[in-house]
Amino acid sequence: MSAAELAILVIDENAIRASIIEEGLREAGHARVTVIHEVNGVARIIETLQPDVIIIDIENPNRDMMEHLFQLTRTVSRPIAMFVDRSDTASIEAAVDAGVSAYIVDGLRKERVKSILDMAVSRFNAFSRLQRELADARSALEERKLVERAKGILMKMRGLSEEEAFALLRQSAMNEKKKMADIAQSIVTAARLLL
Amino acid sequence: MNVTTERKMSGSNLPTPTIIGAEGSRVVRAGFIPLVDASVLIAAAEFGFAEREGLRLDLVRDVSWANVRDRLAFRQFDVAHMLSPMPVASMLGLGSNPSPTITPFSLGRGGNAITLSTRLFARMQSAASLADGAGAMAHARALAQVIAEMKAAGEAPLTLGMTYPFSSHNYEFRYWLAAGGIDPDTEVRLVVVPPPMTSDALAAGAIDGFCVGAPWNMVASERGVGRIVAAKQDIWPSAPEKVLAMRPEWAESRPETVSRLLVALDAAARWCDDPENHGDLAAVLADPRSIGAPVDIIRHVLSGEFSLDAHGNRRVIEKYFTFHAQYAGYPRPSHALWIYSQMIRWGQVAYSEEGMAAAARAYRPDLYRTALGADAAPIDDDFRIEGDRSGDSFMDGHVFDPRKLEEYVRQFPVASPRIDRQSRGPDFD
Repeated sequence: MSAAELAILVIDENAIRASIIEEGLREAGHARVTVIHEVNGVARIIETLQPDVIIIDIENPNRDMMEHLFQLTRTVSRPIAMFVDRSDTASIEAAVDAGVSAYIVDGLRKERVKSILDMAVSRFNAFSRLQRELADARSALEERKLVERAKGILMKMRGLSEEEAFALLRQSAMNEKKKMADIAQSIVTAARLLL
Repeated sequence: MNVTTERKMSGSNLPTPTIIGAEGSRVVRAGFIPLVDASVLIAAAEFGFAEREGLRLDLVRDVSWANVRDRLAFRQFDVAHMLSPMPVASMLGLGSNPSPTITPFSLGRGGNAITLSTRLFARMQSAASLADGAGAMAHARALAQVIAEMKAAGEAPLTLGMTYPFSSHNYEFRYWLAAGGIDPDTEVRLVVVPPPMTSDALAAGAIDGFCVGAPWNMVASERGVGRIVAAKQDIWPSAPEKVLAMRPEWAESRPETVSRLLVALDAAARWCDDPENHGDLAAVLADPRSIGAPVDIIRHVLSGEFSLDAHGNRRVIEKYFTFHAQYAGYPRPSHALWIYSQMIRWGQVAYSEEGMAAAARAYRPDLYRTALGADAAPIDDDFRIEGDRSGDSFMDGHVFDPRKLEEYVRQFPVASPRIDRQSRGPDFD
């Protein structure tokens, strides 16, 4: 392999994650990056692009389609499945945990690919973190709304002030070793059933 | 359900036999693909068979055979539910990640079928005036007629789906097509479609037919989008299907674990064969964490009651699934060589003496015998002739003699042109 610029193909059905990876690759100085979101027509793309590295989401069942493609098209020099170094268990685990798999043209120098894979792994992880944070934020918002509603019910039914209603909720949560949102949920449900 | 890594099997606090302790963890991580032929593994984990042997079988559902292969190779799995041609391909150095893989146990027979779109089937009916109860061979010939018509009319070739380049489905689909006189490499387009997507792909017109394992054929026929035209039993009843795969080094380093695992799987397989247990088995298989298909369809699949289409055409296939009876668990080396013969036939690899030896090494009846005893193994030759017993013939009448493999491959009128090119030199590829 010459030191020429590597052609990289990213196959990811998740457009946001794909763009995060693309951005990372470009920041790392890779200009020949192609991103596709579905595998339709991938055969032609591989043929024209002749990628040195293909990055594909490990949860994508179309990996088996890629395997078939490699069997059929012998235009691409023999691609090997993921992982730069077979003995490097830590990076294998990191890649699988992150959900990254990759194909690399045989004979490519390990060091050249390692940085690309490491980058893909960290970007995949960053994306999952982002998703988790988003989900957390969403559920925090939901919980706050629930507590507000429970507080309102307590204020109305028991004639409490806002602070007293909040204190009562918190105390009940502590006594029952539950989350305040759970207590609030039972109050809202009970109110719906009883009133 | 015990099919995710997080969920542990109930009752796993039973005393651990000390002998296993010497081999380290008694937890065996097994990867599987959501198919009915993963039944033996799922039953072993779910109904106490593994536990009885002091093992905890942690099942991990995966989405592609490539993942299963890689995760076994990279030690993320200890064992895996695999297509029988996969260990053979690995030992031959084929595919994008060939890492030594063996099988000491077969997960049963049967389960595959070929389904064509209802539209294509209607065309075959009118082209060949097919009778209602026409067989697999008549269907293949009718398809050949339609393909000839399409070619004459300048229509685009049919697109047919299978599951993996090294799969029983690939070889069975090709066998059936070729028996009908269709060249699978030049007259149709074979593509890979993940099994759970086959029915949707057929409905959307992305493919015109597929060969896949249960329950996906019946899912398509019940939906009214497909017509089942051949079952694995029609092509070759004994055809190898899924196996339990492992790394040879793993098997060597923990012989006691391997033996206990095989004892557990053997007991689970026997249990799976008993129709009385099919209700319980179907309920567990229907769970989204194992297969996630309607429980009624899975029950029908287990009993071999086939809805061929949505118009009530039915067919009962005796022993559509055999998990234990007739040495279904025995890894017959003749099967490994038959798989090798089909790889040669379709140009995936060249014939060589070394290839013969490598293919045979993928199957490990010695480990089976060690675990289950000689009585659990068939008495006939490991390299027996296949297809010459009554009720077990190939659809085109050929007989496979593993000792005359090269000759056998050349008997077929339809085969890859690569055979001749390859046999001259070992360094094709």
